[in-house]
Amino acid sequence: MTVSTEPELQSFVLLRLGERRFAVSANQIAELVAPSRVFRFPHRTPKLEGVILRRGRIVPVCDVSEMLLGKRLTSRRFYLIAVRNYGAQREWVAVPVTGECELIKAEMMAAVESDAPHVAGWLSHDGDVIEVLNLDAITPGPEHVLAEAAALQRPEARP
Amino acid sequence: MRLATPVKASPAKTEQIILFRVSGQLFAISSASVQEVRSADSMSGGATEISAPGLRKVRHVLRRGDRSLFIVNGAMHFGLHAAEGAQLFVLRKTRTALLIDGIEKMTTMTRLQALPLSFCHEERQWYRGLTALDQTVVPVVHPEGFLSPEELALLDAALLEADKTASENLERTSAAQ
Repeated sequence: MTVSTEPELQSFVLLRLGERRFAVSANQIAELVAPSRVFRFPHRTPKLEGVILRRGRIVPVCDVSEMLLGKRLTSRRFYLIAVRNYGAQREWVAVPVTGECELIKAEMMAAVESDAPHVAGWLSHDGDVIEVLNLDAITPGPEHVLAEAAALQRPEARP
Repeated sequence: MRLATPVKASPAKTEQIILFRVSGQLFAISSASVQEVRSADSMSGGATEISAPGLRKVRHVLRRGDRSLFIVNGAMHFGLHAAEGAQLFVLRKTRTALLIDGIEKMTTMTRLQALPLSFCHEERQWYRGLTALDQTVVPVVHPEGFLSPEELALLDAALLEADKTASENLERTSAAQ
């Protein structure tokens, strides 16, 4: 019997937001599309810009740049349409990106407890260490509302 | 030889909707939910002022026998720029009359798509879903989403208080006379 020492390579899509690159597991990506008209209507969910129409589907547009970079990016080159899990349900979410995207194969190191919730892991590519994003943590969903409500109910810490 | 019976395409389930504007923004509502359309001017005689703490979107109430209809300013409800409403929708099976800019048109919707789960705040109460019409996406409002049970309780309490004050004033005037 031979024991394989080959690293376990997975597919990732590298995306660019401003000067930084991030990775998302390729399994979570539905497609990459050119920016189209965003339809806006009143709502109260932060980070959601509106919706786009894609092949008869209405897809919410979620700007994650402020959360990941600390500033909003107005320029956008593509929408990365990703699959977001809501328990057993899965829906498309369009994430605006500012540059070219690239499909790579790499080995992912799992995130550790001290990593931010949006980090699913890390990978090394072209001499850069790149965050692999946990889309469920950076795009809004009912679980965030529950977390916000729980935080509000928690008694204030006293010195 | 028997020919296969042609499959009859089942007609798409359609729904009559009214497209209307609030502060310039386009919305849709099922026409079955609208009991009456009135001009906002026509309410000036019948409506009385009401003020519930923390509820700025309702300023007037319409009395109809023993029923009270709360007039909700659509622009304030949706957090849009304040606009003078020109028309009023009296919504069926609710205690809401909605102040809007005006009606755009009546049309038919063939598909109502559920609001994506990413939308996870008050809008889930506001909208039944979204529909695509002429390459535009329009939110379809929920007639019961304009006033929550808590808001209705607040308004009922304010109404009771206003009635009490009015009857006390009347008693005082009668006593003075």
